[in-house]
Amino acid sequence: MKNITKSKNNLYSLGALVLLLGFLAFLQSDTAGYSYQISILERSAIYAVVAVSMNLLTGFTGLFSLGQAGFMAIGAYIVAIFTIPVEARASVYYVSGISPVLANIQLPIPVALLLGGLASAALAALIGIPVLRLKSDYLAIATLGFSEIIRAFIAAPMFDTITNGSYGLKNIPGFSSIFTVFGLAALCIVLMVLLIHSSYGRAFKAIREDEIAAQSMGLNLFRYKELSFVISSFFTGVGGGMLAMFMRSIDSKTFQVSLTYDILLIVVLGGIGSVTGSVLGAFLVTSGRELLRFFDDPLVIGGVSIPLFRSGFRMVIFSILLMVVVLFYRRGIMGDKEFSWDGLFGLIRRLPDRLKKRKTSSAAPGEGGLKQ
Amino acid sequence: MSFTTFLQQCLTGISLGGAYALIAIGYTLVYGILRLINFAHGDIFMMAGYFMIFAMASLPWFLAIPVTLLVTVLLGVSIERVAYRPLRSAPRMSVMISAIGVSYLLQNLATYLFTALPKGYPEIPFLKRIFQIGGLSASFVTFLTPVLTLVLVYLLILLINHTKIGMAMRAVSKDYETASLMGIKINKTISFTFAVGSLLAGIGSILYFTDRMTVFPFSGSLPGLKCFVAAVFGGIGSIPGAVIGGFILGLGETALVAMGQSTFSDAFTFILLIVMLLIRPTGLFGEKTTDKV
Repeated sequence: MKNITKSKNNLYSLGALVLLLGFLAFLQSDTAGYSYQISILERSAIYAVVAVSMNLLTGFTGLFSLGQAGFMAIGAYIVAIFTIPVEARASVYYVSGISPVLANIQLPIPVALLLGGLASAALAALIGIPVLRLKSDYLAIATLGFSEIIRAFIAAPMFDTITNGSYGLKNIPGFSSIFTVFGLAALCIVLMVLLIHSSYGRAFKAIREDEIAAQSMGLNLFRYKELSFVISSFFTGVGGGMLAMFMRSIDSKTFQVSLTYDILLIVVLGGIGSVTGSVLGAFLVTSGRELLRFFDDPLVIGGVSIPLFRSGFRMVIFSILLMVVVLFYRRGIMGDKEFSWDGLFGLIRRLPDRLKKRKTSSAAPGEGGLKQ
Repeated sequence: MSFTTFLQQCLTGISLGGAYALIAIGYTLVYGILRLINFAHGDIFMMAGYFMIFAMASLPWFLAIPVTLLVTVLLGVSIERVAYRPLRSAPRMSVMISAIGVSYLLQNLATYLFTALPKGYPEIPFLKRIFQIGGLSASFVTFLTPVLTLVLVYLLILLINHTKIGMAMRAVSKDYETASLMGIKINKTISFTFAVGSLLAGIGSILYFTDRMTVFPFSGSLPGLKCFVAAVFGGIGSIPGAVIGGFILGLGETALVAMGQSTFSDAFTFILLIVMLLIRPTGLFGEKTTDKV
């Protein structure tokens, strides 16, 4: 019986995958017509990678780091510097020229992405030695500080010949198709999921639950924290590289603290400690932001224009929605559970009951999502 | 650099430091009681800037200032009520995320209400008058800021050490369950703390923006982070620490700008933070040596 449900669930997953691929192929068949939808989906996929990597750190190891934007910046700049076509470089570095060392090196995109990830991992290893001794909010503010320092160095005039200072880099080669983005994102996320399910992942969770208990079970706290930080930064760097390729042009302002906050809000909305939640959150937040766009346009009902609707209203609504989630559905969409077909069907079955119950016992606080 | 220029830069630095100190106190007070980095504090400071613009549009300055401060205090207290109080028993991370959410909301709200373009800050005539002492010339606000800061800090320390509400604040910061068993009204005390913090942020904002002339929706975020660093640097929970941290930050930043390294003036703050956290995680005045509020 158990095997039958299992194979049934596998069948559902396969079906969903085929549907997704079909949908992507449909979008890909007319890239010009669906460019808007494609760009939303691509951005979501990239944010999903970064969100899952943040979740690996925050949700699974219990380290609250706010350095995402900085590590993304490193990945993005490495990818940009090494993949901008050599012919185009003169026009990109038109202000202060390009450093002769870098002028003629052009790497294939996968190598550059890998290098971007490795560079941020290496920096994370270095930063981690002092910073990981700190706890909760001190750790958050120290990583935030490092992310700002990285940004300051990128924008510094003395590195103009490498990073092009405040002018930023452009002409970065983009992705050839939406499949590349989704494939890469899926690969990164699957690798992280495998890590979470390994013995390392269990060690991370042990640290999250209780550091002292984990230590007394013989876990080397620093080693595992450092490992989690380095791996998370690696994928954040890769995500940053992908973002650079998606945006085609970057500058140091792209990687402000607000980018970290965006990712954090995705993780919170999806549920801290749930990989599927982060992925879901990435797609919901990114597309939600676009769907709420109608709030920015003036609204006229029966000849009377409603004064509230003007540019910027969308983000207000969006931030209020997020506050509501933070205050009333603290567990996010998925809590710390993962998505499962049984959970989904269970929810659908229970839905009529829950609605009835809600009517009778007026609005019990929502449990926030699917249960296994 | 001549001696006069040096003095001139010092004065600018001290004045900036004074404004930072006033904001840093807000962080230190709230952290002392709730163990929460109030990420929205910088944005309260920014909103105070906008309130002043609107108050000055219709009122003379001596009325506009109290109105601005009052509205700022109301904003700070209501943020605590709406966004932090429901999470009192939640894990610390949730409260911190809520604080980030409020900061995000205030920034977006300001962008929506006042547009992202910088708005000119009104001139208060007597603050802007130029004074000359020897070779030094600076507006009155530059001289006023450090003096006012020190006076306010002195009053605050008196308040905390010698009044009933001050005693309640100290008790709540030590252990708030025990404090509530002793009959201290926790919610009232916390609201009061937010009121004091926001009031100082409001005063700081008037002093800071009079020198900078413009306000925009993100003008609170970086100063906010810096002032938190100042608070950590001085030892979080300690008021004298926050003040000294604020002055050191202001002076250091001005020195870097004077040396032509303005790109690193923001990074300097964070380098200072990281060095401090490594050498002395409790900050200059650790919790043990000073009154913690």
